[in-house]
Parts: sequence; C-alpha cells; structure tokens
Amino acid sequence: MNGPELVAVRPAADDAPLEEEFEVAAKRQAPWRMTVRRLFRHRLFLMGLCLCSIILLAGVFAQLITTADPVRLAMRWRFRAPGVDGFVFGTDNFGRSLWARVVFGAQLSLYIGFSVVLLNAVFGTLIGAAAGYFRKLDNALMRVNDAMMAFPAILLAIAITAVLGASTFNAILALSIVYIPRTARIVRASVIVLREMEYVQAAVAAGAGHWRILRRHILPNAMAPLIVQLSFLFAYAVLSEATLSFLGLGAVPPTPTWGNIMAEGRQYLVEAPWIITIPGIALMITVMGLNLLGDGLRDVLDPRLRIQQ
Amino acid sequence: MWGVALRSILGSLPVLLIVSLITFGLMRLIPGDPAAAIAGMSATADQLALIRKDLGLDEPFVVQLVKWYGGLLQGNLGRSILMGQDVLQVTLIRLPVTIALAMYALVLTLLLGMVSGIVAALRQNTLVDQLAMVFSMIGISVPNFFLGLLMILLFAVHLGWLPTGGYIPLWQDPIGWLRTSTMPALSLALLQMGLLARITRSTMLEVLRQDYIRTARAKGLPRRVVVVKHALTNALIPITTVVGIIISLSISGAVVTESLFSIPGMGQLLTQAVLNRDYPMVQGGLLLTTTFLVLVNILVDIAYAILDPRVRYERS
Repeated sequence: MNGPELVAVRPAADDAPLEEEFEVAAKRQAPWRMTVRRLFRHRLFLMGLCLCSIILLAGVFAQLITTADPVRLAMRWRFRAPGVDGFVFGTDNFGRSLWARVVFGAQLSLYIGFSVVLLNAVFGTLIGAAAGYFRKLDNALMRVNDAMMAFPAILLAIAITAVLGASTFNAILALSIVYIPRTARIVRASVIVLREMEYVQAAVAAGAGHWRILRRHILPNAMAPLIVQLSFLFAYAVLSEATLSFLGLGAVPPTPTWGNIMAEGRQYLVEAPWIITIPGIALMITVMGLNLLGDGLRDVLDPRLRIQQ
Repeated sequence: MWGVALRSILGSLPVLLIVSLITFGLMRLIPGDPAAAIAGMSATADQLALIRKDLGLDEPFVVQLVKWYGGLLQGNLGRSILMGQDVLQVTLIRLPVTIALAMYALVLTLLLGMVSGIVAALRQNTLVDQLAMVFSMIGISVPNFFLGLLMILLFAVHLGWLPTGGYIPLWQDPIGWLRTSTMPALSLALLQMGLLARITRSTMLEVLRQDYIRTARAKGLPRRVVVVKHALTNALIPITTVVGIIISLSISGAVVTESLFSIPGMGQLLTQAVLNRDYPMVQGGLLLTTTFLVLVNILVDIAYAILDPRVRYERS
C-alpha cells in the first residue's frame, strides 16, 4: 500500500483520524481490495473456497501425497475396504489404490475444467464482444449461437466426442464448443448495455478506435458477469466431463478420471460400494465448492443477479 | 396470443435450419475416412466402398447436402447401421419413453422444487429456509448418475423395494411403470429441483415485497389467500420460462440415467449409437431431440403470453 505518501500530500482534514484517511486513500487506490474484503466476509464463499482448496491442493500435489501408482495392477490387493491393509480409500477390482486414483483423477478434472474455462474466457469474450459491439455481426452470430444453445448440452458434447473420438483433448474441445455460446451470450448482453454508455460515446467522440474502446472502456466493465459465469462454468465442465467419462467418452482407461472410476465400480456396486462412493463424493465436493464460489462472486460482483437474499 | 405464437414459430425456423446444418456438418468432421471408422480395422476395400455408397459419402459435398435436406423434407433421416432400421421409426419408438420419464421428472421438480422454494421464501432466514437452501445446493452439486447409483444401492440392493433397472411401458402397466421409473425420475429431477427451489424462493421474495401484497394484508385478507392468490400467481409467471430449461436438462440427463437403469429410451439409444459409431443414428437422434426441445420452447412462449397479459399486449 502506498498510503503514507498520499496522506502526506493531501492536506489532512483537521480532526479526521489518521486511520480513516488511510482507508479512504486505500479505497480510492484499489477498489478490488474492497471486493476481496467483501468476499472474505461472505460465509458461503469462504466455504466454497475451503472445499475447492482441498481438491486443488490434492490435484496440484498429487505426485507428492501419494506414492502408489494409480494405473499399475496389483491383483493380490483387490477389493480392500477403506482402511484395510493401509489403503486409506481401499482398492478397486484391479487392486489399485483408490486414494491414488482419486487424487490423480482430481488433477485431470481440474485440468479439463480449467482448460474449458480458459477457452470460454477467450472465445466467449471474442464472439460476445463482436456480436454486442458490431451491430452488423450481431444477427448472424446470434442466430448460430441460438442454434448451438438449442441442442441439449450433454447430448451435443456426446455427439462431438463420438465424431472426434474419446480422449482428454477431445472432451475439452467438445465441452468448450458446447459452452462457448452460453458465455458469448452473457458477454454480449453486457457489451450491448455498455456500448450505449455516455463515457463510451465520449471515447468515440474523442476519436478512439474500436479496438481501444473495447479493450479500455467496454470489456473491463463487462468482466463481473463473465467472472461469475466462468466460476459456474467450471462446475458444469467438471460435472459434464465426469458424465462423458462415465459413459466411456472421456479420457481413455487406465488413466483415472472420477467418471471412469465410477463406471468401472458400477459392476461391483454390492461387493465394493466404496469404488463409486469415494470419487462421487470428491466430485460433489468440487462441484459444490465451485457453485458456492460462484454464488459468492455473484453476490459481491454482480448484486443485480442475486438469488439468495 | 396468436401474434406471440406466430412470432415464436417464425423465430424458431432459422434456429432449426442452422441446427440441421450443424448436425449435417458434424458427420463430415470425422477425422480420416468415416467408412473406415465405422467398419473397423479388418474391413476390406469392398466393404468400405459399400458403406460409403450406403451413406452417400462417395458423392460431392453439395449433392450430399441437397440429399440431406431432401430426405428431411420427406421424413427420411437414413438407416441405422447398428439396427438396420429407419432412424425416424426407431426414434419415434424410443422418444416417447424418454419424454414420459422427463415428464415424471418435471412433475417431481415442480412439486418438490416449487414447494420448498415457496416455504423457504415464507420462512426467510429461519432454519427451514436454510435447510431448504442447503438441500438445493446439494441438488445442483450431486451428479445424477452418482445419485442413481446410491439409490440403486439403498432401495434396490439393501431394502429391495424397487427393481435395480428395466422398464415397463406406461400403457401396459402403470404401477409397474411407476416402480421402474421412480428412481430414474428422482435422480433426474434432483438438479432441476435445486435450481427451481432457488429461483422460486428469490422470485417469491421479490413479489412478497411489493406494495400490493402489503395492501392485501392491510385490508385484512387471510395470509393463505395473500400468499396463494396474490403472490404465487404472479411469482409463477417468471417460473414458466424455466420449464423449457427444466425439460431440456431432463432430456440431457436422461442419456446417463437411461443407461444406468437400462431404460430403452433416446438416451440409451444414442449412447449405444455413439459407442458403436452408428453415425446416421447419432445424427438423426440429435436432430429429432433438439427439434422436440425447440417445439417445447415455442409452447413455453405461448404459455407465457397466456399467463402474462403484459407480454400479449406489448408484442402484438
């Protein structure tokens, strides 16, 4: 914080306490500080942050927190219940440690979710901004967008992976294609409103080019709804990827994903229910954490969309 | 109302046109030779040529496109490679199974989701409200196939109340249909229930803050009348728009649920088609399901216009 200089330069009000001055200066300096502070006061956001952190830490440090190989078969150890023979989460039908598989599954889920979010942020913004800003493009882009959104989401993703073949990369591609129109729609909605703002008109009058207006004046102000959308999108992407790999259309076994672990465990539902329960709970924690983060971000960044009072 | 209906139908035409174009283009995206992908590694050159001819892949792109639309106009969507039957016929047998399941899920969603949303709004910031919101949060976070598996484990394996899977047509034995469809419909409905409960709650809270509600209370109307007649009827209007989304989510979700409970609907059909590279079936199934959803949305638009006179006057 570079508060002291600011306070020194400005003539302090006669009897205003110094701390208040600090705070006023700080608020003027960085509105995002206030946002962060508000977020950290939001109980549900904090809960979401905790849940997501668990999964994030597990995914990032997967290689450190488990020494077991998630793919190597060890038939001798098959169907150990959680806690038996030193297997925290038990083993599956091939004797592989479920702890290792779920932890590496977290890595893959987060990787896929993050990639989909990144592709959406880039292409959703580009398409949405183009449609919202350039009236001539709007109609054509939005008709295609509407058509893409008419398909039921998972069904389209399944059809795309059917055509391209099952793999991690194709799952990312399919999910991005499915969700980009939805993101573009949200960006377009805010750009259309912002385009008519007086300060944008002023920028036009001052002779700023399209690119500069979009980059400096419109897009920064369209970020709040986009960030909210992306945090929910992360949750959908993780959930949809699990669905795809549950159906055998995601990453190819033996690579562990939560979906394909559950698909394999389905046959042993009665003998070894932990094989489906543990990845299922991991999936639930992730999705719930991301949904709570999304709720928190929406309440703080975009109060108009608020659902919970 | 007719104006709204006409507008809605006309607005859907370009959507359907582009949807059919995308569906057509999808099969042309198969990397390499689609015939080889269908026939597998061991196919001979003759077999490949036969498949290409069968699917019309040996013809120029434009001819394929013209034939595709010509076929659509005649209701000809090609033949399923896996089953050797007409795609449209197979779909017309399977789609009603999925629609019945989706409708069951819709009824459960509307009943449970709306009621918990209304109760939560009426008891805002109490324990009941918080519980309802925790449950709806769980609802939107639990994958439906996980819930389905847990229900099979509890109700079918341990308690033995319901069968683990299988399907009995509604018109043959309604009780049997209820027994086989309740678990799938519940697991399908959970996500939508959570969403609807949250939306209903916020809409109700907004309506309950309006001045006319205070007026109604001030003039001494019983609380029940105020809630049901004044608040709920107005809160229902925005909720109707969500029905289209709920049905779309149910049809999407049915893909997994049907495979899980071995229900012979569209979801299972498409999953089988995808896993066996039955491209004409995937294409036709996708197109018909999406067309069905577009029709649902037209109906929702019309219902909205009937319920909300403002829409009727504004647009016509």
